[in-house]
Amino acid sequence: MESLLSEPIIEVRDLSHSFGDVVAVDSISFTVMRGEIFSFLGPNGAGKSTTINVLTTLLPIQKGEVRIAGHDVATEPALVRKAIGIVFQEETLDRDLTVWEILEFHGRLYSMPRDERRARIDEMIRLVELEKKRDVLIKHLSGGMKRRLEIARGLMTRPEVLYLDEPTLGLDPQSRLRVWDYIRQVNREGTTIFLTTHYMDEADSLSDRINIIDHGKIIASGTSDELKNALGEDMIYLETDDDAKTTGILRSLPEVKDVKPSFKGLSVTLNKEGTKTLPVILDRLKEGGIAIRSANLKKPTLDDVFVHFTGREIRG
Amino acid sequence: MALEFLTVYWRDMLRFFRFRALLFSSLVQPALWMAFFGVAFTGTISQLGAPASAPPGALYVPYLTFMAAGIMALTTLFTSLFGGISLLFDKLWGLMREILASPMPRTHILIGISLSGMTKSFIQVMIIMLFGIVIGVRFFVGASLLHLAVSILGILLFVGVFSLGFLFMSATISMRMESPESLQAVITLLSLPLFFVSNALYPAEAFPPFLRVATAANPLTYVVTGIRYFAIGPDFYALGGHYIYSLMDVGSALLALVIFALVMFVVAYWTFEKAVVT
Ligand SMILES: Nc1ncnc2c1ncn2[C@@H]1O[C@H](COP(=O)(O)OP(=O)(O)OP(=O)(O)O)[C@@H](O)[C@H]1O
Ligand SMILES: [Mg+2]
Repeated sequence: MESLLSEPIIEVRDLSHSFGDVVAVDSISFTVMRGEIFSFLGPNGAGKSTTINVLTTLLPIQKGEVRIAGHDVATEPALVRKAIGIVFQEETLDRDLTVWEILEFHGRLYSMPRDERRARIDEMIRLVELEKKRDVLIKHLSGGMKRRLEIARGLMTRPEVLYLDEPTLGLDPQSRLRVWDYIRQVNREGTTIFLTTHYMDEADSLSDRINIIDHGKIIASGTSDELKNALGEDMIYLETDDDAKTTGILRSLPEVKDVKPSFKGLSVTLNKEGTKTLPVILDRLKEGGIAIRSANLKKPTLDDVFVHFTGREIRG
Repeated sequence: MALEFLTVYWRDMLRFFRFRALLFSSLVQPALWMAFFGVAFTGTISQLGAPASAPPGALYVPYLTFMAAGIMALTTLFTSLFGGISLLFDKLWGLMREILASPMPRTHILIGISLSGMTKSFIQVMIIMLFGIVIGVRFFVGASLLHLAVSILGILLFVGVFSLGFLFMSATISMRMESPESLQAVITLLSLPLFFVSNALYPAEAFPPFLRVATAANPLTYVVTGIRYFAIGPDFYALGGHYIYSLMDVGSALLALVIFALVMFVVAYWTFEKAVVT
């Protein structure tokens, strides 16, 4: 994976965007590597869609610099548009066209040659499992089907970067999982994904890197684990056959901050990242001849992270 | 290849033929207008200039025939003025974002939507002509097949340039408006004076001088001149007036329309280049 992530594909430096007095995006900088799933996690009005609109040339650059796939958004918008696919937050399907016509129109907008276009339409309809709806008008599709069609449309031109603005907003749990699957599949095939969401689980399960955005600023970024570990103090709950001896051994380890008796065993607070420390601890205890009945690593959730950085729940 | 405007054209025509009710009304409405208005007025107004008073050599033209050219022009005017409305709906429903985010140059949206509007006007104009001839409009009297073909092409040329001018105008207004109601208001405001200060339904020669200036600035005047020249002839007598169109008159009428369309194109082009739709 590391080698795939070596080349920057989106470079944003000091980007700001205002609507009158409202500062929607406030001097943010970030770099997305080719092949990544990169996400913006933030509450309503955080500036996620505005960022996407600037990155997709729909809004002019007011301040800052943006390069997509090697092209400057300000001076080479046409090349940028060729390189990207977008699934907008709001529905953007013509209700009076059929599924096939929506894709045909899109392919023609991007000047795809006829044969390639037709083959690709069939492939996309199969990918999002809309074969039976091919000649059905959009107004007769369900919300989930429309969303899947929009994703198919975004992918149709084989973009280098696919922007997904809240792709599963309003979908039922089943459709969400399916959409997640498409996103992962497309990403495995090499498309870089720029995702915005206000769902913790979505950011958590899809992203290589998460950026928490609030009031137009990126206030924290990293992998899901890094963000959670940044809160420090992962906890391990242990049940052993000899709590006194265990406590003694653990207290001597540099990774361990504190050991306290808890409800049915020991609660161990860590100085270091829990996922890497847990095996070390288990090894030491085994060496000390202790039988471990259960070990439970409790990591802070992304919700905890969000509350920590923004000082409030995401729904607020 | 820079033919992406055909994509926009294709979608707009697809929708035009898909909405049967809209299609039907856009075809039947001008015919009805012509039937009622024409038949009602022909009885009264034709008395103004009796056939006997026609100057020698001039063709006597009954009011129905005189008016038919005007109805063709007015129908084209209204259809074209509303031709850009699909852009407004695309904008309001977010569909425009897909197009603006695509690599297709923005002029192609303008060209595509204008060509489909022009096609609709062609269809309407042909229907009015056919229907008119059926109810007694005396167009192309005694014309040979070649003459007929040239005349129809001439009419389509005038109607085409004229409709493009108003389609560009309509596209500009649509891109700048936020709601269909405000578009409707602007178009109504525009179309009424255009309608009245023209030679479409009655002779403009009797207007007071300031209205004659307005008439000369009205594109309707020129398209009506072109249509009458090709459909009726260069020398005819109607409503007590004697109409003589030289080739020069017709050529400058076409030039006036071309200039009008070009100016409207430039304004629309500029509007599209600067359009921000989110
Ligand atoms: N066209 C606009 N005109 C004026 N203000 C705008 C416009 N678009 C966005 N804003 C403002 O900019 C801020 C950021 O909005 P944006 O749509 O980027 O948020 P978001 O993170 O996408 O939120 P959501 O999760 O609700 O989609 C908000 O305060 C919003 O009111
Ligand atoms: Mg948004």
